[in-house]
Amino acid sequence: MELVQMQKSLQDYTKSLFLDGVLDSQFLQLQQLQDESNPDFVSQVVTLFFQDSDRILNDLSLSLDQQVVDFKKVDPHVHQLKGSSSSIGAQRVKNACVVFRNFCEQQNVEGCHRCLQQVKKEYYLVKNRLETLFKLEQQIVASGGMIPAMELGF
Amino acid sequence: MNSGSCSSLMEVGYDDHHHHHGHEELHVLAVDDNLIDRKLVEKLLKISSCKVTTAENAIRALEYLGLGDQDQHIDALTNNDLKVNLIITDYCMPGMTGFELLKKVKESSNLKEVPVVIMSSENIPTRINKCLASGAQMFMQKPLKLSDVEKLKCHLMNCRS
Repeated sequence: MELVQMQKSLQDYTKSLFLDGVLDSQFLQLQQLQDESNPDFVSQVVTLFFQDSDRILNDLSLSLDQQVVDFKKVDPHVHQLKGSSSSIGAQRVKNACVVFRNFCEQQNVEGCHRCLQQVKKEYYLVKNRLETLFKLEQQIVASGGMIPAMELGF
Repeated sequence: MNSGSCSSLMEVGYDDHHHHHGHEELHVLAVDDNLIDRKLVEKLLKISSCKVTTAENAIRALEYLGLGDQDQHIDALTNNDLKVNLIITDYCMPGMTGFELLKKVKESSNLKEVPVVIMSSENIPTRINKCLASGAQMFMQKPLKLSDVEKLKCHLMNCRS
């Protein structure tokens, strides 16, 4: 595939993530922090997010599977995930966490189980999309090209 | 810079071009229990030409500042390179909150002049007012953006004599 085509594909793909609400403007903020001296900043932070989130989701599954659910343990995990997803612009994960916290507050176990499923669904979606995005970027760089700057006027 | 592990005391970050001009460069102590948020605030501050030290909780932060429970031999005030010009802290942290950290700093005769900025993802007016009333310099909404840090720097530079 030609370099120009790859760059166009990347732009279209990125745009679709914003249009679908998978990512919000905070992701653009992350991209603005990346430069020649730190060309992998976004993928580094996102990788940390994946590692941290995998751990949190695992802890949440365990906590919710207990005979007696300790909401004092569950809520801080959701709060953490809400915070980090918000910080990287993973909008749908963040929104799912907001709903989750409401059910925690109500101490609604069934509601929390449903929320966990929803959070997982959104998380795996954004993870998948971002991994694809980074692969597209790598292909461009490997072909000697530059990553096009994201246009904000869409 | 040390890559953070869960057991690390703190991460000390240095600019690529580390100057020994402690009085020109703002040295910021950033406190947040969330690893991703720590990375983000550190980057935002470094891009804004600040020297950054991060701490993963308020207790560590107090120890760094020389206000820990134990006799601390890290005197952050005598060594010019370590003098902290600004503390930026998350509000919601397990153990000691950012608000409690703020109060400890303001109660200290050595450190009460150090500006403390509180960050939070939640926009709760009573929380904001409580922090400002207890001497917080500013309250910032998370997630932080580059423009927030630029605003902060301008504000602080104007306050410095």
